[in-house]
Amino acid sequence: MANIDREQLLHVAHLARLELREDEIERLEGQLNDILEAVSKVSELDLADVPPTSHPHEVVNVWDEDEPRPCLSTDEALANAPEREGDFFKVPPGGAT
Amino acid sequence: MIDTLRLTAEEAKRLLDAREISGAELFAAYRTSIDQRDQELHCYLHLCDDPGGDGLPIAVKDVIGTKGIPTTAGSKILEGYVPVYDSTVVERLKAHGLRILGKTNTDEFAMGSSTENSAFGPSHNPWDPSRVPGGSGGGSAAAVTGGLAPWALGSDTGGSIKQPSALCGNVGLRPTYGTVSRYGIVAFASSLDQVGPVAKTVRDCAYLYSIIAGRDERDTTTVELPQPVELPEATDLKGLRVGVPKELNEAEGIEPGVAVAVQAAIAKLEELGAEVGECSLSLSVEYGMPCYYLIAPAEASSNLARYDGVRYGYRADAAERLEMYERTRDEGFGDEPKRRIMVGTYALSAGYYDAYYGQAQKVRTVIKREHDALFETFDALVSPTSPTVAFPLGARTADPLAMYLSDVLTIPSCMAGLPGLNVPCGLSEGLPVGLQLVGPQFGENTLFRIGHAFEQAIGFDPVPERLR
Repeated sequence: MANIDREQLLHVAHLARLELREDEIERLEGQLNDILEAVSKVSELDLADVPPTSHPHEVVNVWDEDEPRPCLSTDEALANAPEREGDFFKVPPGGAT
Repeated sequence: MIDTLRLTAEEAKRLLDAREISGAELFAAYRTSIDQRDQELHCYLHLCDDPGGDGLPIAVKDVIGTKGIPTTAGSKILEGYVPVYDSTVVERLKAHGLRILGKTNTDEFAMGSSTENSAFGPSHNPWDPSRVPGGSGGGSAAAVTGGLAPWALGSDTGGSIKQPSALCGNVGLRPTYGTVSRYGIVAFASSLDQVGPVAKTVRDCAYLYSIIAGRDERDTTTVELPQPVELPEATDLKGLRVGVPKELNEAEGIEPGVAVAVQAAIAKLEELGAEVGECSLSLSVEYGMPCYYLIAPAEASSNLARYDGVRYGYRADAAERLEMYERTRDEGFGDEPKRRIMVGTYALSAGYYDAYYGQAQKVRTVIKREHDALFETFDALVSPTSPTVAFPLGARTADPLAMYLSDVLTIPSCMAGLPGLNVPCGLSEGLPVGLQLVGPQFGENTLFRIGHAFEQAIGFDPVPERLR
């Protein structure tokens, strides 16, 4: 099942917003194929009738009252910003995200 | 003279309560030990000044958010990040008067089994500094064993508390999922991550667990403990049934010296009055690793999407926004997070989701059911924690899959959300061997009872020979 080629790898890197350097691409291609081959073992089991577990507990939604409570001030929220303009996080312009 | 290598938290608290030592003297004693030994061991990424008071000092793994104290998760992408709020567990430490000595080293984003993935250099094992302390919480484990903290907090996703405790020869608990708040913790894989205590003794471990456990309204996956934590006192194991899962005890790669020490430990449990029986976890052991290495990277790829250079952390120079995101993440993340982000993104992508992530979630159900069935017969399961003793630095860094196998024995119960305790059970080649005790959901008190009786019976000396 597993086999990821260079084109797929670059597609996945783009989905993950990683700009990989050439040497990383070469190294990752081999490593990812080894890892994917190892994890593909899960497909050996026939589990058509088994429900998935997304969480160790049977969790149900927890609802809170919608009441204002103390929260971070604007300055606190912006305290770690790489770049700030007024009350905003500043980012470089343009381009699709 | 305070001997930080031997002083337990319980004894330190007694000395403080009796006013035989002051809080300032105690904190200073640990700082002196840090000055003496941390250059060699590199347990700490950041040291804190004494905030004053008479509470016990404690070390905190650097994935745990601390207000006003840098929190890097061992990553360059969070270098210089200073949280503006405390995690719930740190609030609870402070409410008990505990004083933070510093933040301990970790594999980047807690991804690893040796601390060699830390962007700030590895920690070293106090028993032999040419060897790893385990990981990801190697900094906390080495600090406790090296006398650089009386106890510490770690975090565990697939073995990051238990495995370093095994390799350093101390006591570490991965709690039942949901008993300790994850609010304010740097997230890796949210359905697996749990904060837990690292200590010199089982009683210290239980006491620290009692401080941090319980429901937190800011983490909706938390629950109240069904019974309060009991500090263990009994020295026998009468009436307890201990299962020995064949596959966890005979897995490929278990060193002969580890197997011998664990077999002797099992004989000791029987001698103490436990009823011991063989059992099987065949599917959990065979499919636990592949299941974990799909689910954890999938969740990681989602959790680590937040590091984009916009709100906090590292930002790379770039003229245009998409370029800024991609370059920031390439330069900010090390190799292991990148590998896991790539595997996780692939496993969640269109066309592959059902075959990888969907199937792994079903395997998780199988693992949970297999464990649940055993706890109808047994009160706890026993095995080695790590297949090997501490390995030399560099031994597994070239091969990611070899590193992943370090956690082959701890991962299955993590997938099932179950508590696990590491207790030292002897030495092999002069290095500690760890015994893993796994319990049913909320079975911590039973694990503490077994661990304490065993610890008392064998009298393991937790101080590395070279430091005695």
